Amino acid sequence: MHALEKILCRASGKDKVVTGEIVTVKVDLAEINDIYLQTLISFEEMGGVEVFDKDRITFVFDHYAPAPTVSAARNHKLMREFAARHGISHVFDVDKGVCHQVLPEAGLVYPGMVLIATDSHTTTHGAFGAFGTGVGATDLAYTMISGETWMRVPEIIEIRIDGKPRDGVLPKDVILHVVGKMKANGAVYKAIDFTGSYVHSLDVAGRMVLCNMAVEMGAKTAYIQPDECVIDYVRSRGAEDFTVFETDPGYEYSEVHTFDVTGMGPQVAVPASVDNVRPLSSLKERIHVDQCFVGSCTGGRATDIREVAAVLKGKHLAHGTRMIVIPASVNVMKECLADGSIQTLIEAGAVLSPPGCGPCLGVHEGLLASGETCVTTSNRNFPSRMGAHDAKLYLASPRVVAEAAVSGYIGGEND
Amino acid sequence: MTEFVFRGPVIKLPDNIDTDQIYPGRFLDQSDPSVVGSHCLEGVSPEVKNRVRKGAVIVAGSNFGSGSSREHAPITLINSGISLVIADSFARIFYRNSLNLGFPLLVCKGLSGHVSDEDIIEVNIETAEIKNLSTGETYQGESVGDFALDMLRAGGLKQVYRRRIAGEAGGSQK
Repeated sequence: MHALEKILCRASGKDKVVTGEIVTVKVDLAEINDIYLQTLISFEEMGGVEVFDKDRITFVFDHYAPAPTVSAARNHKLMREFAARHGISHVFDVDKGVCHQVLPEAGLVYPGMVLIATDSHTTTHGAFGAFGTGVGATDLAYTMISGETWMRVPEIIEIRIDGKPRDGVLPKDVILHVVGKMKANGAVYKAIDFTGSYVHSLDVAGRMVLCNMAVEMGAKTAYIQPDECVIDYVRSRGAEDFTVFETDPGYEYSEVHTFDVTGMGPQVAVPASVDNVRPLSSLKERIHVDQCFVGSCTGGRATDIREVAAVLKGKHLAHGTRMIVIPASVNVMKECLADGSIQTLIEAGAVLSPPGCGPCLGVHEGLLASGETCVTTSNRNFPSRMGAHDAKLYLASPRVVAEAAVSGYIGGEND
Repeated sequence: MTEFVFRGPVIKLPDNIDTDQIYPGRFLDQSDPSVVGSHCLEGVSPEVKNRVRKGAVIVAGSNFGSGSSREHAPITLINSGISLVIADSFARIFYRNSLNLGFPLLVCKGLSGHVSDEDIIEVNIETAEIKNLSTGETYQGESVGDFALDMLRAGGLKQVYRRRIAGEAGGSQK
């Protein structure tokens, strides 16, 4: 069996699970974010009285932090009241950051666990050897009551990435390249196991980028076999009691896709789909950039902000181009304040917003006007995603975003 | 109780209709069902949004409902009056969310190549049979499967749970 299947076995109390089978699993952690007041509404509609375990439910206020509208403020208020009433242990209010950064930092994510959250990017936690998957409000409400959820045992595909890309080419470039080849529906309902020398050469933050974007291929979950750097990370955050499951030798994946990224250059996803990926060098025309965004659960970690600071050091944003920087968590923010990288960005003309999801999902802190263009470290470039329906979004690595901020355009450079 | 036979006009949509197109993020702080229903398909185009009406059937390409986990996506479809979605394939979270709310989805690969906007079609969820009443042609979709059919018969996950705690054998409450 695959390690992911072993996790489902443990969580369902079975000796064996088979692809396609629907199993009921016990959930180790269920996270609700502040889009999902509906979860609490569904909880009451189902006749929920008590939550199954106040220590295994967590609220994170990230998508609307701090509240940009009266409705969002009301949602926060009702969630805070619910959390207090039920004694929910882990409540991350508007000062903490994006759930997929905050939960691992708090030691709540560890190998072998089942984690569900009302957020599609819950695949991120495969970087820690967890079975993480996104669900909707009603699903989560059912789990809040019962501690369980139903799951179809997914096909597991291997995406093997070997080789070393060019200097300055980041995990975001690599995963964009992979998404571009696999396409947006390349892994619908499947689990992705990322393997290969490139994957295991990455630090925790880099692995999170790969697993985070797995959902952009439609994946149910993602996985990277935890090794020393991951074990060190989760232990340093206080997680102690966990099991690292291993895939049996000779396990047969339902599909195997191999990538050699040796010598690969920067990649971009051009409007308006995540799989519309091409090498940056193939954009022959200069496209004026109105806004650059550095942030989100994909591209707002300390490593990302430092990459941007390294490019912007001693320079200034191009005239007519603005940059919004949003650290993924308050800890990231503190780290980047301490090492001076945020100071560098502000001196270069960037504007800093508080930790959270920012404009990534199009609700606040830097929406785009009709016809504007944004180059972003975030994860989706669908129409209407970050503001006006016809705003143009280019997904790229922190380095490419920083370079666009300095030059004021994307494309038109010789390779 | 979810209906199992639907008849209505077709709204055709392409591949990869994501949840931002079904329900743009700027309305996510809303939870009143009728308000949520009023923004259905607003992220596709004003023209398509204006064609949304009670009883309409969406016929889409592959990966319908991709993107975010927002339950607002099936909630807006339900409250706008869309009766069901037929597609080449569905994104996973959207599929689950719809099923949990008792909103029917049917897979019928290539159907959008055989129907035109505003054709009247009749769809039976239990048999997965589709008739284009405007052309007289019939098509066979993929079986929804027992697990999903049971959920739809019950009217969704809330009803399944209510029934479980009530210890009832049958009869939904809504």
